[in-house]
Amino acid sequence: MTLIRNEIMPGVFLSCITTDKFKTGCLSINLLSQLCRGTAAMNALIPHVLRRGTRRLPDIEQLSGELDRLYGVGIAPTVRKIGEIQSIGLMADFVDGPYVPDYEGLFHDTVRLTCEVLLDPCLENGMLTRRYVESEKQQQLDQLRSRINDKRSYSLQRIIELMCCYEDFSVSRRGDEETTEAITAKDLTARYLTLLETSPIEIFYCGSYPYDHVKALLMEQLKDLPRGEIDFDIGTDIRMNAVEEPPRVFEEELAVTQGKLSIGFRLGEVMEAPDYPALYVMNALYGGCVTSKLFMNVREKLSLCYYASSMVDVSKGLLLVYSGIDFDKYDAALEEIFAQLIAVKNGDFTDDELLFAKRSIADALRSTVDSQTDLEHYWLSRNLRGETRDPLEMSELVEQVSREDVVRAASTLVCDGIYFLKGNGEDEEDEA
Amino acid sequence: MNVTRYKAVKETLYEEILPNGLTIRVVPRPQFRKCFAAFAADYGGADQRFSLGGEWIETPAGIAHYLEHKMFDTEDGNALNILAASGAQPNAFTSSDITAYYFECTDRFQANLEQLLSFVSIPYFTEESVEKERGIIGQEIGMVEDNPGFQVYIRLMQALYHHSPVNSSVAGTVESIAKITTQDLYNCHKAFYAPSNMALSVVGNVDPEEVVSMARQMLPAEKAPKPVVDYGAAEPELPKAHYTELTMEVSAPQFMIGAKVRPELSGTAHLRQKHVGNLAMAALFGRASRFYSTLYSKNLLSGFEYDFDYAANAGTLCLAGESVNPQAVLEQVISAADEVRKHGLDQKKFQRAKNAALGNLIFSLEEMDDLAISLAQSSFYGYNSLDSHRPEADVSKEECEAFIAAYFTPERLAMSVVAPGGK
Repeated sequence: MTLIRNEIMPGVFLSCITTDKFKTGCLSINLLSQLCRGTAAMNALIPHVLRRGTRRLPDIEQLSGELDRLYGVGIAPTVRKIGEIQSIGLMADFVDGPYVPDYEGLFHDTVRLTCEVLLDPCLENGMLTRRYVESEKQQQLDQLRSRINDKRSYSLQRIIELMCCYEDFSVSRRGDEETTEAITAKDLTARYLTLLETSPIEIFYCGSYPYDHVKALLMEQLKDLPRGEIDFDIGTDIRMNAVEEPPRVFEEELAVTQGKLSIGFRLGEVMEAPDYPALYVMNALYGGCVTSKLFMNVREKLSLCYYASSMVDVSKGLLLVYSGIDFDKYDAALEEIFAQLIAVKNGDFTDDELLFAKRSIADALRSTVDSQTDLEHYWLSRNLRGETRDPLEMSELVEQVSREDVVRAASTLVCDGIYFLKGNGEDEEDEA
Repeated sequence: MNVTRYKAVKETLYEEILPNGLTIRVVPRPQFRKCFAAFAADYGGADQRFSLGGEWIETPAGIAHYLEHKMFDTEDGNALNILAASGAQPNAFTSSDITAYYFECTDRFQANLEQLLSFVSIPYFTEESVEKERGIIGQEIGMVEDNPGFQVYIRLMQALYHHSPVNSSVAGTVESIAKITTQDLYNCHKAFYAPSNMALSVVGNVDPEEVVSMARQMLPAEKAPKPVVDYGAAEPELPKAHYTELTMEVSAPQFMIGAKVRPELSGTAHLRQKHVGNLAMAALFGRASRFYSTLYSKNLLSGFEYDFDYAANAGTLCLAGESVNPQAVLEQVISAADEVRKHGLDQKKFQRAKNAALGNLIFSLEEMDDLAISLAQSSFYGYNSLDSHRPEADVSKEECEAFIAAYFTPERLAMSVVAPGGK
């Protein structure tokens, strides 16, 4: 499962894993740019508009018919936020091997169609088709507005927005409502052409064909890709310390019956030379798995919450805790969540706690090699930060993480914001 | 051990039925790191009235799900934590027709399988722990009932079904679970968790012999009788109601349109009906259909899905999505079916839908968890889900047209809507 990665055209990098263990293949094309408020919504809209039709197959019915004909090839728009880099593009999955009749031309046709969707959209008067732009704007607005439906993810988004309000990281993956509403077909077309010309492009392939074959096919199908001066000056600013001391506290009210408490931390100076395996294990031990301190103590032992977990973002250098609590448990839950963090910092955990945390991370990493989409996610984010160790190498490093490594990984953690979503006195259930 | 090779998809199924009646199905994947194991009981939310040795027993709605929660209690603590500590990712679910416990792991498979077989076959709960669970499940029910997706589904089932237990929530209601006793749970475990009423399936980097020998060693040797389940009188062909609506706090109206299907009960006929139904729906409502493109381009449809589901001798066709005008979607369903009744399906489009269906079968093999669950579940219906990959699974255009003509008629369809409202 070795990965070959090379620049095949100016600013276009192909990462290729050749393997015959899967019955399907996966190809993603990702255009990278700096995440910022002015362009995030436009960038996010582009792959959705492209997916509406091409010059040759100008509507959903015809494009989908062609996908069906090719044995159900999927070509999905992707919009991702990795640190302060926004990645937009297309992800194709397709049958790979002698499992369907006339399978030999299938990979060729899939690559051709994916590149066609990217490069040869259905235009009117030289611009992206207005009714597709308007219709996908509406879908994007609906999606942005519906974020309030899921209070758990909403409270996580809010702590990021509030805590990182001076950083680009506060912008969401699909931008915001205001900038979405203002998008015109003309502006979007200009932005689309700029991205094609200037953005670094990461292509990922996993399937049965060798690197040279994939490269030749892509170079042929991408020959019309306009390449100008590539904007390689993209990346993530990592803030090492808290904005204010003591941490800022944010409260909001909505018609909810269960409170949501989320807490944001900066990983701090350890991010100057991040020890990734230790950071993963530290997070798993603190709140990232079922045997973690937050789960076992805050939830199981003290029953202070319905759930309490943590997640680590090593691209941005953040650790986030999120939990669902009764409104009157706010002080007690907060106190216990901090107490458990101090325990991690002090090395106050058993050998078993450490072992179980390591197992959970190592198992997840080893599972990565059994899923093409997991491999794709893994390598896209690793390529962005210049990491070359594969999931199995990483899992071995995780197994070697020591107690001291975990303590060190937690040593510079500093709280930078607390967000509490509480009820407004109206019982949500009565409104139905 | 019975070995079946599916050459067209390069898969091999190892199957064994133990003297105690347990069905074991293993699909080895030597190139993979991961193993996925599922241990399932032919027991779900719809199995409420049953007889074991002559006497009929009525149990409250939600008992199968309650039992699932309590099975994780073991002498050594919570089985979820024990498996997680071993690096496995365990979980369980209860549907209308089965309860499945499962884990996936990349290491210590034998120890994890032993743990799975042990905690599912040995009930270890007390009056006190059962009582404590009532509050937790009550909260879960409250959360589920607040979910528009659940409401639109359950209300469709209540509109379609006059009395089949598939029209009740798998988790039951706060009232129904209040009646569940510790003894009820032990009785249901004894009746439904005997190996003869269960299946064990494993997909991944594993030796089938090891799985079989572990099951022999861990599970009771004697063969217990299978319980007889009563789903009530036969359902009338037509729905109980054609339309139902509820207002909730949603950003746009959610709808589900459904129809009852005369279920085929024998294994092979059942599998064929599934293929015909799924392909008919793909041809009629898929992304490449006139139906979909018309509604989508008018901004009248988003998040659209369709499904053909079986449980408890009931087959249900469902179309679900979001629309500012669900009535327009229903009208389009009826007119699309009318079109097929008059002119048949377009040959070229049908062939494309068939290609896509074949591709989707290959995609489904990549999901080890889905494959394992479907292998276990299909054993309860008397077939084997890998048989979808045999050449005789081929379906004709005429079969699909007949299916569409029979089921997508105005008198057979019901629609459930959850509309924005309240404040």
